[in-house]
Amino acid sequence: MRTLIKGARVLDPGKLDGNKTVLISGQTIEAVLDPSDPVPGNAADLRVVDADGLVLVPGLMDIHVHLREPGHEYKETIATGAAAAARGGFTAVCAMPNTVPVNDNAQVTRFILEKAGAAKGARVYPVGAVTRGSAGTQLAEIRDMRLAGVVAVSDDGRPVENAQLMRRALEYCDGLFIPVFVHAEDLSLVNDGAMNEGPAATFHGIPGIPNAAEAVMVARDILLSRLTGAHVHFCHISCEESIDLIRNAKQQGVRVTCETAPHYFTLIDEDVKGYDTRFKMNPPLRSKKDRQAVIQGLVDGTIDVIASDHAPHSKEEKDLEFDRAAFGIVGLETALPLSLKLVQDKHVTLENLIMKMAKHPARILGINNDIIPGNPADLTLIDLEDKGVIDPDRFVSKSRNTPFTGMAVQGTAVATMVNGAFVFERRHA
Amino acid sequence: MRFTKKDILDIHSLDPEEITLILDTAMGMKEISQRPVKKVPTLRGKTIVLFFQEPSTRTKLSFEIAAKRLSADSVAIAKAGSSMTKGETLIDTVKNLEAMRPDVIVMRHGSSGAAYLVANRVDCSVINAGDGIHAHPSQALLDMMSVREKKGHLSGLKLAMIGDIAHSRVARSDIAGFSKMGAQVWVCAPRTMIPAGIEALGCTVALTMEACVADADVIMMLRIQKERMNDILFSTEREYAGWFGLNRDRVALAKKDVTIMHPGPMNRGVEISSDVADAGYSIILDQVTNGVALRMALYYLVAGGSRHADTD
Repeated sequence: MRTLIKGARVLDPGKLDGNKTVLISGQTIEAVLDPSDPVPGNAADLRVVDADGLVLVPGLMDIHVHLREPGHEYKETIATGAAAAARGGFTAVCAMPNTVPVNDNAQVTRFILEKAGAAKGARVYPVGAVTRGSAGTQLAEIRDMRLAGVVAVSDDGRPVENAQLMRRALEYCDGLFIPVFVHAEDLSLVNDGAMNEGPAATFHGIPGIPNAAEAVMVARDILLSRLTGAHVHFCHISCEESIDLIRNAKQQGVRVTCETAPHYFTLIDEDVKGYDTRFKMNPPLRSKKDRQAVIQGLVDGTIDVIASDHAPHSKEEKDLEFDRAAFGIVGLETALPLSLKLVQDKHVTLENLIMKMAKHPARILGINNDIIPGNPADLTLIDLEDKGVIDPDRFVSKSRNTPFTGMAVQGTAVATMVNGAFVFERRHA
Repeated sequence: MRFTKKDILDIHSLDPEEITLILDTAMGMKEISQRPVKKVPTLRGKTIVLFFQEPSTRTKLSFEIAAKRLSADSVAIAKAGSSMTKGETLIDTVKNLEAMRPDVIVMRHGSSGAAYLVANRVDCSVINAGDGIHAHPSQALLDMMSVREKKGHLSGLKLAMIGDIAHSRVARSDIAGFSKMGAQVWVCAPRTMIPAGIEALGCTVALTMEACVADADVIMMLRIQKERMNDILFSTEREYAGWFGLNRDRVALAKKDVTIMHPGPMNRGVEISSDVADAGYSIILDQVTNGVALRMALYYLVAGGSRHADTD
């Protein structure tokens, strides 16, 4: 079976940008042709996809999602999460290890990969725990998990509080050629905080979380990366102080990368109104100034990646008093449209955005996703003109916890191909 | 003027005219408490549920006495006796309460915003008797009532508030209320107790205790919450008392006719010295007396007054 995608603007940032025809044979890209080139081989088994007016990009990768399986299948399963990813235009996701049990050993890693193999959706790259049970006391069997298929380690959801343990984890992982994904949070500074420290939290009487709760750990782990030479990747960066530290570290050649999530460049703490727990996540929505700093970090390249931090929760876990409600929002099916606003608002070019949603994530994981013959056919087709409204009732994720309900957006994924097969295709009316 | 609000959730959602109406109504109610037979039939047949999820003595008693003076039937449920301890969610609990058709739910809860959550889900009136560190509107209203009674007006007064502003729902509601009524509110405390952006609520942060109380018409001391020692807000009570405690020397910096307030319960010798608490310029017990009248007014306005005039 072969597929021919024709008429699209093929955009492979840094490599290719033009009207090309992409021929897929089996699971791989066979050829990238000019529109006038003849299609090699037998035309009989060829499915032709007319992609006029669309943009074809390397498959988007969301390197920070919570798929909740094993353990919390009522929130999300690997199958529903992989399908939600596909609908959002992602061909691959990194599944964080804070499941029940925690993905801190090869058996759980293999279970996740087995479920992912059976799911019809995005690829799932498991992230293993840094410490056993993510409890922050003993290193997990990271090499075992590496052999089973983890692409990185993280105690996401919690920081590795012990600096010596973090140092050792970095050294250990450097020898396994995988990055450590850092959830930067000083728990003593967070205390019982539930939203950004500032006038909005003061007004609502919600204990605040200062920017420093994130930035002091960013500073520590920059120093540990500098000490060890190991690759530290900072998750969900939300505030100006962290971005300044990372910018400075990069200028000094420290081996750090970082991501932010769409909500940090879309919303601010003043948007949290009436104790609406759909706006509650960790780190919290920050100030207007921080939002500008996040955008600036994306523009100047300090922020390498946009990842959703997809965190599904049931209605029961959100329909509570604000301080008791779960932290987190779903993001797989809103990340691309929200990020395209950055392009529409002329903060970044489309090429730059695809760098942050496809190329840089792949580079961090050591994957080559160039649109070239021989590479796996993991591709995303985007309609930049499509106008819509975010409607959680149409999510294929099991959960609906999003603050973006009703937001008008432009641009969406219309087809997602993994290994040469469409795992999502939007049906036109 | 008619009072049209279903709920009393915080001071922020009341406009100055509504606050004036509440205070005027409360002054009328105060007279009832001075009669030999302290009871009127105004809310006969109305059911008031006192839903207190946090310990409370004076506020709960005040709401309960207020209900009885208006002939309403009041029932109190506490956390220990409720399904909340069995894992029921707040919304499920109040939906069950609502199914028994109360007219008013008075609620106190440890989470900021809890009263909002409930008010949005039930048809009956909700009066917030304190939610987390967010709001305590009846306390602020009785404070305004007490000051207005003493001074004749609120606008133009300087109110100095000293204590743990960060963790005080009384402070938030008083700042909002007094500033809305034209008073100048000054606050002072160790920096650990001043929350970020508090000025936006309508106050000035004084750098010293002396600057805060200078020429004040009213000084309000907030209780130092000993249970908050884990938050590392101050070192010792002894040091706090020396730095921010109200004593005669500091009272002398204020206006001659200064009024001293405290929402209670007091820590004598910590935030307020005994001689100041018991002196003639203190209206601490008047606040308690007015609290009953003020809460009668709130019941009347949401459950029996003009809001229901068309159907009664």
